Amino acid sequence: MGPSRARSHQGPPEPLHESKFSGSKKRKGGANDSRGSKRKKDLPTAPAAKKSKSKFQDSKPAPKAAKAKKSATPKPSKEVENAKKSLFEDSEEDEVIDDKLELESDDDDEVEKAQKLGDDFLAGGDSDSEIYDSDDENAPRPVFSDDEDESDAEEKLTAANIAGLSRKLDMQKAIEEAEAAAELAESQMQTNIAEDKPRILGDAGAEDGATAMAPPDITLLRTRIADTIRVLEDFKNLHEDGRSRAEYTAQLIKDVCEYYGYSPFMAEKLYQLFSPAEAFSFFEANEKQRPLVIRTNTLKTARRELAQALINRGVTLEPVGKWSKVGLQVFESSVPLGATPEYLAGHYILQAASSFLPVMALAPQLNERILDMAAAPGGKTTYISALMKNTGCVFANDPSRDRARGLIGNIHRLGVKNTVVCNYDAREFPKVIGGFDRVLLDAPCSGTGVISKDPSVKTNKDEKDFMVLPHLQKQLLLCAIDSVDHASKTGGYIVYSTCSVTVEENEGVVDYALRKRPNVKLVETGLTFGTPGFTSFRGKKFDEKLKWTRRFYPHMYNVDGFFVAKFKKVGPTPQAKATPSEVNATDGGGEAAGGGGEAGDGDESEFRGF
Amino acid sequence: MRPLTDQETSRLFEKLASYMGRNITHLIDRPDDPHVFRLQRDRVYYVRESIAKLATSVARDKLLSVGTCLGKFTKKTGKFKLHITALDHIAPHAKYKVWVKSNGEMPYLYGNHVVKAHVGRMSEDTPEHQGVLVYAMNDTPLGFGVTARSTAEVRRLDPTAITVFRQADAGEYLREEDTLF
Repeated sequence: MGPSRARSHQGPPEPLHESKFSGSKKRKGGANDSRGSKRKKDLPTAPAAKKSKSKFQDSKPAPKAAKAKKSATPKPSKEVENAKKSLFEDSEEDEVIDDKLELESDDDDEVEKAQKLGDDFLAGGDSDSEIYDSDDENAPRPVFSDDEDESDAEEKLTAANIAGLSRKLDMQKAIEEAEAAAELAESQMQTNIAEDKPRILGDAGAEDGATAMAPPDITLLRTRIADTIRVLEDFKNLHEDGRSRAEYTAQLIKDVCEYYGYSPFMAEKLYQLFSPAEAFSFFEANEKQRPLVIRTNTLKTARRELAQALINRGVTLEPVGKWSKVGLQVFESSVPLGATPEYLAGHYILQAASSFLPVMALAPQLNERILDMAAAPGGKTTYISALMKNTGCVFANDPSRDRARGLIGNIHRLGVKNTVVCNYDAREFPKVIGGFDRVLLDAPCSGTGVISKDPSVKTNKDEKDFMVLPHLQKQLLLCAIDSVDHASKTGGYIVYSTCSVTVEENEGVVDYALRKRPNVKLVETGLTFGTPGFTSFRGKKFDEKLKWTRRFYPHMYNVDGFFVAKFKKVGPTPQAKATPSEVNATDGGGEAAGGGGEAGDGDESEFRGF
Repeated sequence: MRPLTDQETSRLFEKLASYMGRNITHLIDRPDDPHVFRLQRDRVYYVRESIAKLATSVARDKLLSVGTCLGKFTKKTGKFKLHITALDHIAPHAKYKVWVKSNGEMPYLYGNHVVKAHVGRMSEDTPEHQGVLVYAMNDTPLGFGVTARSTAEVRRLDPTAITVFRQADAGEYLREEDTLF
């Protein structure tokens, strides 16, 4: 596994870059990498100049290699000679190479060749060292690796070889310029490479049986996942003849199950949400911990003061991002953060960055009356109260009496004075008390967004869960809508959120509510980042406005997977519809509803019995 | 949920007054923002009047908390026990205060009494057996207790002698989470 993401930044954009996939793929790709380093070591001790040369070859980015292959493209004159040379080698390889293993040994031969060839080979002769890596590598990174090369060369600078080196650098520069020009064309041309097809799928069913017997080889599995994804990303050109996309997908899902430990059902469900490469980074991100984040309690202190106090206690932290004025991301702490005097005095609360988002979307105003339908353990409730500066009134409901204990504790510790804590099944709500200015529904969910927190989700959910949970969520959302006062001067808003990424629990529920309650409409969440929700998914069409909902993914923003939708209620609910009879009719169990979105602290168990 | 009886009220006020003295009027008499005391089960809550009215729509067995919990009446003797949760309302109006040094913070938050060596500062002329608020040196309230000696006597104590008996401290949010709420 890669390093924990706990230290990497949270929040917006850091857009998802292709280099991420290629980077991680390379890291774990094993074969390619180790090959590179092995070569370095294998080299006999040579004069300094030569050594640096060979390093060159290793770290040079793929584009050159790719370019070298195209005989058809018009090329800058300087390079032609080299290109021809490498072209020649390539065709040689075409005959020989079919498999990766062979390829490796071939490469080693080439190193020796390269050494003999001397300086001018260097220019274009970086040969095939990286060619078998994904094409993703081309675009984003040349600058980076070039920098490395240069410094490498300069290190070895001595009086003896200065002339040669500077000539080399000049040459290299020229080539790079040419490269940059040709790069764009290349990315299209590259698709012509015929010999680049990885062989991934086994021959037939027989081989499958054989592999099932053998213990899984992790590195191999990883390489195969990476390769399959590469094929799926560019299926037209990279697939083997006679193999369908479905076969590759099936293989990929099987590998993912084996490698990450998902049940096939969950793996497929999550895979469907993304493009293959994105799905891969999603699975990867689920293996890593999210950063520890604390929220400043603005009722008692200011972020600057809190940060100073904690720094004095030996905590390393920094603001969570521009999007939040109260969040602090903790990198390192020499004291337990859940027991410092500042914590006990209620100056902050441990709260995942993702659960700031629904409250920010809710945007509570002073003196409003607000309902939090599934409040425990109170991170969101206390945030609402803090934003309201303890004015107005917040009804914090939670169906579980046990979890409500923590909620009450947090409310008192943080000095929140405007709450009423109650213990209803949230579906009873407009009957208990209605007419709220805003309602926050952080619905109980499958927790597919917080797999890093609770890996049991990988296996313990099945098809039934994804029918029962959305059903409950739909009931809750209708109740939430009915509890709001549409005539409220300042509000009339409902925020629906889950810590799940599946479409059934999010867009499906929102779309259902829009159909059942014509008196609400979707509005923008007001969040500055996040991906728009799906407006259609696997043949299902949702309302156009669903583009205003927001999805958050662990691999994109390094927050928990999350979904936020914001409604505005524009008219009264027609009397006939006031009781959600349409869902009640099919309601199977009367279990407690609204267990709180903080899945991962055990609330799923409550709903498993459906 | 109901208002307090006269007897309950006097017991509650007696307790509060031991920490706040005459400042107790700041809690009771707030014309601009009327607050009320309410009893729910055996707990006493202090809450804005408007919120108390809204809370009446919640059934008694479903109502877990409203506003701020000040403490509870004990079952057997009916005495009032002040909880740490009341700290937020008492601290701004405290009459006598004790500040503990930073090396004394953690021992106090772990439930120990305050010893002389940890006292950084103390209100002048605090009498013996007087309810006091305990603060950290940066004025963060940590809890409350009762003095063992008057200020004058404390000066003559040896460093390990107990100066303030602990009654409630913020560490109870962790230690007593199961029984406190």
